[in-house]
Amino acid sequence: MLLAFDTATPHVTVALHDGDRVVAEYVSTEAMKHGEMLAPGIADVLAQVGAASRDVTAVAVGVGPGPFTGLRVGLVTARTMALALEIPVYGVCTLDILAAEAMDAGHDEFQIATDARRKEVYLASYASRQRVSGPEVVKPAVAATDSLVIGRGALLYPEAFPNAAGPEHPDAAVLCDVVVRERFELLDPDPLYLRRPDAVAAQTAKKVS
Amino acid sequence: MNEPLVLGIETSCDETGIGIVRGHTLLADAVASSVEEHARFGGVVPEVASRAHLEAMVPTLQRACDDAGIVLSDVDAIAVTAGPGLAGALLVGVAAAKSLSIALEKPLYGVNHLAAHVAVDQLEHGALPDPCLAMLVSGGHSSLLRVDDVTTSVTPLGATIDDAAGEAFDKVARLLGLPFPGGPHIDRVAREGNSVAIDFPRGLTSRKDLERHRFDFSFSGLKTAVARWVEAREASGEPVPVADVAAAFQEAVVDVLTRKAIDAAASEGIEDILIGGGVAANSRLRFLAEERAAAKGIRVRVPRPGLCTDNGAMVAVLGSEMVARGRVPSPLDLPADSSMPVDLILR
Ligand SMILES: [Zn+2]
Repeated sequence: MLLAFDTATPHVTVALHDGDRVVAEYVSTEAMKHGEMLAPGIADVLAQVGAASRDVTAVAVGVGPGPFTGLRVGLVTARTMALALEIPVYGVCTLDILAAEAMDAGHDEFQIATDARRKEVYLASYASRQRVSGPEVVKPAVAATDSLVIGRGALLYPEAFPNAAGPEHPDAAVLCDVVVRERFELLDPDPLYLRRPDAVAAQTAKKVS
Repeated sequence: MNEPLVLGIETSCDETGIGIVRGHTLLADAVASSVEEHARFGGVVPEVASRAHLEAMVPTLQRACDDAGIVLSDVDAIAVTAGPGLAGALLVGVAAAKSLSIALEKPLYGVNHLAAHVAVDQLEHGALPDPCLAMLVSGGHSSLLRVDDVTTSVTPLGATIDDAAGEAFDKVARLLGLPFPGGPHIDRVAREGNSVAIDFPRGLTSRKDLERHRFDFSFSGLKTAVARWVEAREASGEPVPVADVAAAFQEAVVDVLTRKAIDAAASEGIEDILIGGGVAANSRLRFLAEERAAAKGIRVRVPRPGLCTDNGAMVAVLGSEMVARGRVPSPLDLPADSSMPVDLILR
């Protein structure tokens, strides 16, 4: 069975695929609770079908781009699980997961935008069932367009993206399909940060009484 | 029957630590540090540390298993630092621990970092005397704790009200043009200096301060005093006697630390002091603590330096205690708690 999850947006989405179809799904819409919600979500999808962890034969994970803290929860979970179960792990660009869903809804030429915070978006362009540019991190005004832009990052900035549409967030069930049918390039489970770290030392961050 | 095999994960600051113990026997203590990546910033950069933890997790797990001669499926329980520490850094370790717990179908124990610093001494010096007085001093913490039972009863007696002791070492080292982390460099340079050449202030030792802060520490005023002294020297065009400044600063820190630790032990009627945390590696602190404690009939225990700094073995041994006592494991929605209180030992 393929276990798939993505933590590169405010949501946590988990799905289990038995080779033929998605057999269990879990979604947490509690924003920025990846550390708390991902592991219960994995346990939940396994429990839904009475599966043991040993029944998982591959892991798929969204590699972002996305807010770093949540992104890392997904990646370290995937890498560690693959190590412990001695199974392969596949990475998929999180924007590709949204793109696959957009294609299933009949769209051909469009862009995907997710919320990069700091008044920026993560953006990629798609045409003829392929990613043709991106992902990159840009200011909405710089990327402004009248053509179709899908995802939370588009809906957040209607002035830049008047032709915005859902879905807002990626769905792990679609991630399963992307991996099983290799609809986009399968990557190593390495994070797409697209930004350098803020290089400010933690002066009193670890003060403990 | 064999004692349980416990794997411990520590990622509260800049060390990715994986320890493996069987009971109180240390089988592996693998540590990957990102300290060099932080050196040019003069302190730990949280995002840099978090990125490094993600990259180091799988290789360090593999190294620990190889060192211990086990495979992950042999592990009976997983322990992890749930807090306190840097939030994003803790989260990487906690997520990895949960993933192992699910994959291996083994219990998860989210434990307190400070209690783990105390528990680790059992790997070297056997069962802890109860009660004991623990002084934990590092770049992140400076605490005096009464430990009646490291798995259930740790009572804070005092802590720093501003900078941690190790933080003061880092800042003064920077002032003197010494590399980060400052502790080992100050220790080395101070050996050539005269510790009574300059009289730096001892924080929270005046009679008035002792009423409210008898067992608390303050190192911020000391740091400022050192900075003013050095600036005055430079302004007058005279060379800064780096060794003397380092020695006098170090003496001010270890004087207060040892005085308060022994006072706390004496007032609690405790005959054993345990020192942990990175600053416990300081040679002058070890010497002065032992000298002053011996004069009061108090014993001092200090683990070897490698077990004083942050590591996974300390987490594993505390986890092993939790298993041995039959404590209820942590739930899978265990949060990383950056300000986890010291008396909350298992979440
Ligand atoms: Zn520590």
